[in-house]
Amino acid sequence: MSETPLETLRRHRPRWDRVGERAVEGLIRLCGYSAILFVLGIFLFVFREGAPLLPKLDWGRVLLSPEWYPTSRMHVRYGVAAMIAGTLSVTALAMVLAVPFGLGAAIFVSEFCTGRVKETLKIVIELLAAIPSIVWGFIGLSVTNRLIQTYLPAPVGLNLFNAACLLALMSVPIIVSIGEDALKAVPDSYREAALALGATRWQTVYRVLLPAARHGLLAAVLLGVGRAIGETMAVLMATGHANQFPRSLFDPIRTLTATIAAELGETAVGSDHYRMLFVIGLMLFTITFIVNLLADLAVRGVRNKTG
Amino acid sequence: MNPPPFSLSPLGRRRQRQERLAQGVLAGMVLALVLPLLALVGYLLVKGAPLLSWSFLTTNPTQGMRAGGIWPALLGTIYLVVMALIVATPVGVLCAIYLNEYARETWLTRLIHLAVVNLAGVPSIVHALFGLGAFVLFAGLGRSILAASLTLAIMTLPVIITSTREALAAVPMAFREACWNVGASRWQTIRHVVLPNAVSGILTGVILQVSRTAGETAPIMFTGAVFYKKIAAGDLFAYSLRDQCMALSMHLYTVTTQVTNAPEALPYAIAVVLLVAVLAVNALAIALRVRLRTRKKW
Repeated sequence: MSETPLETLRRHRPRWDRVGERAVEGLIRLCGYSAILFVLGIFLFVFREGAPLLPKLDWGRVLLSPEWYPTSRMHVRYGVAAMIAGTLSVTALAMVLAVPFGLGAAIFVSEFCTGRVKETLKIVIELLAAIPSIVWGFIGLSVTNRLIQTYLPAPVGLNLFNAACLLALMSVPIIVSIGEDALKAVPDSYREAALALGATRWQTVYRVLLPAARHGLLAAVLLGVGRAIGETMAVLMATGHANQFPRSLFDPIRTLTATIAAELGETAVGSDHYRMLFVIGLMLFTITFIVNLLADLAVRGVRNKTG
Repeated sequence: MNPPPFSLSPLGRRRQRQERLAQGVLAGMVLALVLPLLALVGYLLVKGAPLLSWSFLTTNPTQGMRAGGIWPALLGTIYLVVMALIVATPVGVLCAIYLNEYARETWLTRLIHLAVVNLAGVPSIVHALFGLGAFVLFAGLGRSILAASLTLAIMTLPVIITSTREALAAVPMAFREACWNVGASRWQTIRHVVLPNAVSGILTGVILQVSRTAGETAPIMFTGAVFYKKIAAGDLFAYSLRDQCMALSMHLYTVTTQVTNAPEALPYAIAVVLLVAVLAVNALAIALRVRLRTRKKW
């Protein structure tokens, strides 16, 4: 059998070149796997620091009691119920504000705008996403704090409502960009069919595009939720950081993330309090993992259907 | 009697009203997002303006951080960002090359994809815990620029992977096929055809990450950033990698929450420096992308 010209060409490459190529490809493969390694690493190292405390915890009390007295001399208690309530309430309120605005903006940008206006709006929303969370926190502390005290019937400006507004502004860009992608993924033939039936643009959006893009839009909302749950600095500065169940919109609250950020610096490495903060970290990791998994499943649902 | 020609039926009028209403409400929503952004940036600029000057950027803080400049924080942030991206960019780009150019649709690829998505979703404070557990304590780096920037690198990795993958996927398949047909191997194709065509897209993604990384606070709080550190003013090499450093984001946090009796304009000025730096880098990336799109030949 004679070899094809292609094979001749390949055979005549210098040896070092072929070995080098093998090495580079090995490196590429390694980096490809590294993402899995890092996720496992994060879980393992956070688990490793928190693990010694796990058997000592009374889980019923940890999850149901709001009593967080990690440094009490007589009776140390690690109840995180109030923080979970705080995280959930601030996330929920942020989503109540962000989802209509985010999806509305996504629809407006994707369906009602063209050309230069569309590009400009996309850039502005991208810039909104770029503002660091510490700057949002500072705005919460110095600007919205005062606004709320002046114009709303709230005794303190640092509260659930303040933090939720900031979180809403922070998660809107994600919702807009993923939501816009989802709408863009709806085939144009759907729009043309609706147009041919005499539907207005709003009718097309409402009756055709929203149902067709619902999985992608759901993913957008879930990614926004993930962002809001995991946000740290802005909620640390704007919630008021009071460990209690929120009873009204204007109650100060405390979140899981903020507790870690506020207390980790003051604990001794290896102490129970220190380990408990890592256990909270594990909880956060698990919650966001589930939310992201759901978002990914939602997106995949779309692909399987259209593909 | 027939209705007059060219006038809408009641149903048509209702539909038109609906359409206008929807458009108005949606436009209002967008304005409600855009206007606060402009108002806030303007407000911060006005409040911080009195302190902004060249010497504010290039001198050490004095009087317990109540006066003076922000030089150590500015330089610290630059060190952290540069180190983090030096580590994250090669790994992220190679990972994206693997996912886009080598991997077939298997459960393993699926798993990597899932890992990337989840890595992007891990809360920043959990990254901080990881950095503390893995780099500071386990690897024995101590609280240092090295430990903090490695933590930041892992945080930025998934975004670099995603943006690089998009840049690679934008290179038409025909380019690769043409290259394979003249006898080039897979790596030669990537090296000489795919990467040169994707490099500006990759660069845009990395530049965007510069601004995200510069603003992060939580991951560096416990891994290398400190409240105060005096360094030689104006010396670009004042930090070593095993040093702890100040950072702009951390400095803003410290000045607003820990320092009492700071002049009112000081935190605003720090916020403005951070914000302007971040937005400028972002604008650079966006400009690069826009230019790229107009120059694209396929």
